[in-house]
Amino acid sequence: MAYGPHTPADREAMLAALGITSVEPLFADIPVAVRADGLALPEPEPELELAARLEGLAGRNRVDLASFLGAGVYRHYVPAAVDQILLRGEFYTAYTPYQPEVSQGTLQTIYEYQSLLAELTGLDVVSASHYDGAAATAEAALMAVRATRRRRVLVSRAVHRHYVETTRTYFAAAELALEELPTTADGTTDLAALADALADAERPVAAVLLGQPNAFGLLEPMAQAAELAHAAGALFVAVVEPVSLAVLAPPGSYGADIAAGEGQPLGIAPQYGGPYLGVLACREALVRQIPGRLVGRTTDLEGKRAFVMTLRAREQDIRRERAASNICTNQALCALAATVYVACLGPHGLRDVGALGAARARELERALAAAGAPRLHRAPYLNEFAVHVPDAARVHAALLEHGVLAGLPLARWYPDDPQLREALLVCATEVTTTAEIERFAAALAAVRAGGAPADRTGSVAAAGTPASVTTAGGAS
Amino acid sequence: MSGAASGSLDSRDVGSLGPRSAVGPQLQPTLDELSRPGRGGGKIPHPPADALAGIPASALRDAPLALPELNEPEVVRHFVDLSRLNYSVDGGFYPLGSCTMKFNPKLNEWAARLPGFAQLHPLAPDALAQGTLQLLWELEGLLAEISGMRAVTLQPAAGAHGELTGILMVRAYHESRGDHERREVLVPDSAHGTNPATASMAGFTTVEVPSAPDGGVDLDAFRAALGPRTAAVMLTNPSTLGLFEGRVVELLEAIHEAGALAYMDGANLNAILGKFRPGAAGFDVMHINVHKTFSTPHGGGGPGAGPVGVGEKLLPFLPSPRVLREDDGTFRLERPGERPTSIGRVRAYQGSSGVFVRAFAYIRAHGGSGLVEVSEDAVLAANYLKSRIAGAYAIPYERPCKHEFVASGGPLHEATGVRTLDIAKRLIDKGFHPPTIYFPHIVDECLLIEPTETESLETLDAFAEALLEIAAEARREPELVTSAPHTAPVRRLDEATAARQPDLHWRAMTGAESPCPT
Amino acid sequence: MDVPEGLRYTDDHEWLRIEGDTGTVGITAYAAEQLGDIVFVELPEPGTALSEGKTFGVVESVKAVSDLFAPVGGEVSELNPALQAHPELVNSDPYGEGWMIRLHLADAGQAEGLKDAAAYRELIKAG
Repeated sequence: MAYGPHTPADREAMLAALGITSVEPLFADIPVAVRADGLALPEPEPELELAARLEGLAGRNRVDLASFLGAGVYRHYVPAAVDQILLRGEFYTAYTPYQPEVSQGTLQTIYEYQSLLAELTGLDVVSASHYDGAAATAEAALMAVRATRRRRVLVSRAVHRHYVETTRTYFAAAELALEELPTTADGTTDLAALADALADAERPVAAVLLGQPNAFGLLEPMAQAAELAHAAGALFVAVVEPVSLAVLAPPGSYGADIAAGEGQPLGIAPQYGGPYLGVLACREALVRQIPGRLVGRTTDLEGKRAFVMTLRAREQDIRRERAASNICTNQALCALAATVYVACLGPHGLRDVGALGAARARELERALAAAGAPRLHRAPYLNEFAVHVPDAARVHAALLEHGVLAGLPLARWYPDDPQLREALLVCATEVTTTAEIERFAAALAAVRAGGAPADRTGSVAAAGTPASVTTAGGAS
Repeated sequence: MSGAASGSLDSRDVGSLGPRSAVGPQLQPTLDELSRPGRGGGKIPHPPADALAGIPASALRDAPLALPELNEPEVVRHFVDLSRLNYSVDGGFYPLGSCTMKFNPKLNEWAARLPGFAQLHPLAPDALAQGTLQLLWELEGLLAEISGMRAVTLQPAAGAHGELTGILMVRAYHESRGDHERREVLVPDSAHGTNPATASMAGFTTVEVPSAPDGGVDLDAFRAALGPRTAAVMLTNPSTLGLFEGRVVELLEAIHEAGALAYMDGANLNAILGKFRPGAAGFDVMHINVHKTFSTPHGGGGPGAGPVGVGEKLLPFLPSPRVLREDDGTFRLERPGERPTSIGRVRAYQGSSGVFVRAFAYIRAHGGSGLVEVSEDAVLAANYLKSRIAGAYAIPYERPCKHEFVASGGPLHEATGVRTLDIAKRLIDKGFHPPTIYFPHIVDECLLIEPTETESLETLDAFAEALLEIAAEARREPELVTSAPHTAPVRRLDEATAARQPDLHWRAMTGAESPCPT
Repeated sequence: MDVPEGLRYTDDHEWLRIEGDTGTVGITAYAAEQLGDIVFVELPEPGTALSEGKTFGVVESVKAVSDLFAPVGGEVSELNPALQAHPELVNSDPYGEGWMIRLHLADAGQAEGLKDAAAYRELIKAG
């Protein structure tokens, strides 16, 4: 067997101790009518062959294109030390730290993560427990509902589509109302519409959710929105990207009660969707409402400083059906990646990541504008923005042939918006090179002029993938 | 509540971190205590001075960022030293019932890190993602065969998340049939806490049904509780007591007769691979904990993943987007709106593929025959271990267990005053991680022990001997047990103060004023 | 086990002290001991109407949570302000400084149905 240590002699010894000659009697209580007779699966594969199989599958993915795709998941340079630490078996093969005496490693790293994110968000209470930005956003909305006892939540349409859809799924089960706020022509949330929505005294609002930057990469008027929300007795939730918090004002500084977001940019690889790290933080006053694991500092009976999971009686194993959430995990390894990443970079390094991304993004903006694709919106951005590209879906597919992954065609997220149908959402980070930007601009010019790529060896079609590539299929 | 005082490393009370020695695990200062202005640098190039010029000052951070400044050698040493404070499967035996702490194969770590898998963006066009799409599609098929279900979704990010997804599909099913009366979910009293919590999140009330004296479901009690208000019954099989539900056929019949659906909590799948396929037996939906049965690492509490298998009835409601295989052999994601009956998304993107690379590798390594062997060895080991300790600990249920069993420290407590908590802490001194304790709640002074199939006979015997020794110590010198652990890096912790006066982050540091190190 | 005379007791281990038409409610020493170190007490706002047997809050210890049930009906007039910062008072002085709520009693006669100290001692001896 692949990893089991038992030899036939071992099995015989155990069977003998039980006074039986086979394992049959141990499964005899499975009623015959529902007893299965093995599994119709392939034969076991020795490691050598399995390794080749896995390499083959990985090889069928294309990760060599010049990528300008962000939209919630960002390429960053992860210092080599991060993965070295993550590969330590003491971290990745450890269990949830229910026995704190033998889990101080995990517990302290979670406490350190909480501390780092408290600084980045400007909020006191950080939970390491959430699956991704979408789940964290849904939990943030539910927290506000519990805290205010109101059943209506307003979310900007410029919050990440997947986060909104996930919140909708969670809300449907609880029969709560989730309404979307429109954006103005400049791409930011319409504050007049927000004020109107808040004014309905019959239907008080529990929370207002805005992204910073928003899903178009733009900077929102967070302080004003927070004020409007608070004036109406609602909580204000900021949906944030943690690397950007190294340069942007933290949620705690502009009146956010809760911050939610995706921690993937902090040292976690894209991995086609996860596992990721939902960031959830709140003001001290809301600590009893925040779902998920919290680690606190305390002492042992000899006075030694130590860490322990705390405020446990909020959680599902104790509260059961009265728990605020059913969450059981605490994404500890992903939180560890984020902690080591931030420790390696420090405040200067993290700030440089944010600032370099902004600088590259400006370079990108200029290059694309020169190639005939100007920005769609006027509001300021950090490192991501939308450009106007007629026939965006076709252009995006054609650019793949030129070895360029030209961001996200926004029609995929806003199919009914004619302006966004002609737009690509592009980003740059500190790993984006000038050469890549030039390649993108040149390819864009070529595609718009109707030319095919001179060098087809980099093209996606040349790699043997069928023609369906040109229909630009993909995730919604 | 606030961050506690952080002094410089020199002024800290050395005693508060315990005695130091040349080798062995050491308690560590926190990153803020190790920080010195000017440390760090050398990772990222410097941005141009006008990098942030396009951003209005009001949107920018005005106070300098106050994060720890450390050089790489200090970072590495800090985390290496912290890691040495952890118990882990790679380091020792973890007989945690209901957790299935089996060995995490190293090939899987290598595979997940292949750049083709690791660097793929989740919104990449399907044409760029054929390798991962194929792996996910194949994995769905493997899990469908294992679970006996018609189809599987890989979207949920954890077991509890899978439970929520499953129950949301149940809700959608009843709604689609115009049946709005079904507001109740039934669970046995031995259910894991996530079951009732999930039911509440999905808008249902939980009705708890007591177990029968033999540890199985009380069929009469269930029949009495089942009715037109029942949406689903959530069952763990084998139960959280490690016992196979012998009345499962009758129970499934009763559930379906009442118009309800049968949900199986797949946490204990390690016991029944190839022996019982829940979908084939009649369960309508089940979640699978890949971090349990399929060896993906626990990581100190996550990330896991919780795929959900469904039968015919719930097929239309699976979360979207699903992975589809075209006639020409290529793979693609469902397009938005392609399947309007879906319950929608339960998370961003399409699933924790990084975890699934590992689960896929595990299943392919074992194949069908290997997985059956996994269950046979897991069940054999549990029964063997049970027989070794039965003399010193009460075994409430005599019949053969599956992959885990419960023991009760009740009689020992009566006789000596030593509680299961104390036994658990004393096991730490003997070099073992304690088993699950005080769960399920229906057994007094409960120990739930699950050895898994990847522990050698020598380890099983050593663990049994340790437990027997502790029982003897409890009678001979109970103080030794009640004041345990003695040899762990820390002794028992003041959890009351931690909850009454929560200290959840270090005191805010001073902002990094020093110029950026070159 | 401390079971003071002059108080009334419920089967769920709450105690009630009546002074005129005001009742003071807390949990017994037995309950506090069962729960362990109390870390948080969740109480209703003054003005909340309670009916006999209805839950009025939650008491949390490190490892457990328990509902609090109103021994009699009435309107909450006061909460013990000390419990927010010092929940441990419920452990150290459950009948004194660890009191939880004061009620304006709807009907003092309801208290007749509750146990006296002797009957409560029997209850905890049996359980």
